[in-house]
Amino acid sequence: MQRSAIEAEGVTKRFGKLVAVDDISFKVDGGEIFAFLGPNGAGKSTTIKMLTTMLRPSSGKLYLAGHDVTREQAWARKSFGIVFQDPSLDEELTAYENMELHAALYHVPKIEQPERIIDLLKLVGLSERKDSFIKTFSGGMRRRLEIARGLLHHPKVLFLDEPTLGLDTQTRNVLWDYVRKLSKSEGMTIFFTTHYLDEAEEIAERIAIIDHGKIVAVGTVKELTKKTKTKTLEQAYLKLTGESIRDETSDANDGLNMRSAMRIRSLRG
Amino acid sequence: MQVLSVLWLRQMRRYLRSRSRIIGSIGQPLLFLLALGYGLGAVFERAGEIDYLEFLVPGIIMQTILFSSIFWGAIIIFDRRFGFLSELLVAPVSRLKILSGSCSGGATISLIQATTVLAISVILGFRAQSIWVYIPALVIMAILSLALTSFGAALASSVEDFQGFQAINSFVMFPLFFLSNALYPLDSAPDILRILASLNPLTYAVDGLRYVLLGASHFSIALDVAVLLATLVVATMFAVRQFNRIQI
Repeated sequence: MQRSAIEAEGVTKRFGKLVAVDDISFKVDGGEIFAFLGPNGAGKSTTIKMLTTMLRPSSGKLYLAGHDVTREQAWARKSFGIVFQDPSLDEELTAYENMELHAALYHVPKIEQPERIIDLLKLVGLSERKDSFIKTFSGGMRRRLEIARGLLHHPKVLFLDEPTLGLDTQTRNVLWDYVRKLSKSEGMTIFFTTHYLDEAEEIAERIAIIDHGKIVAVGTVKELTKKTKTKTLEQAYLKLTGESIRDETSDANDGLNMRSAMRIRSLRG
Repeated sequence: MQVLSVLWLRQMRRYLRSRSRIIGSIGQPLLFLLALGYGLGAVFERAGEIDYLEFLVPGIIMQTILFSSIFWGAIIIFDRRFGFLSELLVAPVSRLKILSGSCSGGATISLIQATTVLAISVILGFRAQSIWVYIPALVIMAILSLALTSFGAALASSVEDFQGFQAINSFVMFPLFFLSNALYPLDSAPDILRILASLNPLTYAVDGLRYVLLGASHFSIALDVAVLLATLVVATMFAVRQFNRIQI
C-alpha cells in the first residue's frame, strides 16, 4: 500500500495553557497539491513548523512518506523543502551565494550545483542579479529567490507558508505554473498556506480549513461548497470560520509570540 | 566537509565585506595599547618595574580576542531576527556541524584581528624573544579564539534579543577583562584581585602568551595550556547545549 506523503494523527501543540493546534488529523497523497487555510492565529504556521521539525508536537504523530517526523528528524529534513513565511535569506551574501550555501547544506553534489542554481535563478528571473547582495533586493525578488532555493534539492514534499504574500500577479502566476508543473513531472507533493482564497481555489486539489487549532473541514472546493451550501470557496470559508476579525497575534511566529505571551503571563503571576 | 567549509566561508565573506567592522574592532585594542602603554608605561618604569608596553601587548592581544569572539556570537541573534537561522535549523545537518562551521569562522576572524594588533605592536617597538615564538603564540591565540567564540555563541543562543545579549556581555566581558592579568602583573596585585584573576581562564591564556612571547610567566606553561584546553572543552559543550535548545 502506498503510504500518504503527509499524515497527521491526533496532533496537538500546547504553549503552556494555550492550545495552538488541537488534535488535528489529515492525510495528503503523494503528488497532491494541498492548501491549508485559516484565519490569523488559527494554527497554520504552527502545523508547518511541526511538520518541518522546527517544533515538536505536544502529542500525536506526524509522518512524511511513512517516516515519523519527530523520531527521524534527519531523514525528514532531507526529504522536504520549505519556503518560510518570514524572510530567511542572508542579506550580506549574494543571491548565488545564498543558493550555494543551501546546496551545500542539502548535500547537492558539487558538480551539479552551478547548473541547477543558474537554472532556478533563470526560472524566477533573477539570473542577471545573481551577484547582487540580497540587501539590494525588493521584497518580491527575495520571495522569488526563496522559492528557487526551496526547490534546489528536489524535495519530495514542498511546504510553502504564504509564499505569494506581497508578490504581484505576474510573479504569482509564473510561480504557481512552475509549482504545478513540478508537482506533475516529479510527483512532488505541495502543501501550502495562503490568505488568497482565489489562489487556493485555482491551485489546490484539496483544501483543509483550520480554525482555533481545529480542522473544521477538508475536501475539494466542490465538496466544501456543497457541505456549507454556498457557491464559492470564499463563502464557504467565511461560513466555516465566521466573519469576526482575529486578534493580531500574527502567525508569522506564533510559536514565539505564544511563548512570550506565556512568559509575560507568568511574570504577572 | 563542504558543509563546514561553506559555513566558514559565509562568516569570512560577511566579515571581509564590512570594512567598518574590521577597522572598528582593531581601533579599540589599539587605543588601549597606546593610552595604557604610553600613559602608564612611564609610571611603571619610574617604579623600577618591567617594560610596560612589552608586558601589556599579550594582554591586549587576548583582550582583542575576548571582545571580538564574544561579540561575534551576536550573529546568532541577528540570524534569528532576520530569519536565516530557520534556514540553518531545518537543514539536514547536525547542529553540532552548524555550530562548528560557524564558530571556526568566528574564531578565524578573531585570530585575524589579534594578529593585526600583534603586527601593529611590533611596528610600535614590541619585540618577542625570538622570531620563532610567533608560531606557538598563534596556536595559543587560536585556541582561545575557538573557546571564546563558542562561549559567545552559547551566550547568544541563551537570549532572544540583542538587548539581552548586551546586558549579559557587560556582566561577562568586562569582568573577564579587568579581573585578569591582562593589564597588571599578578605578583604585586592585592590578594583579592589575585584570587579572582586566578579563577579566570583569560588569565591563563594571557600568561601562556607571555611565556611564549617574552619567556616570563606567573604560572607554569603546562598549567596555562591545560586550563586553556579545559576552557575550550567546557565552552564547546556549553555552546552545543544552548544551541540545541533554540526553538524558533
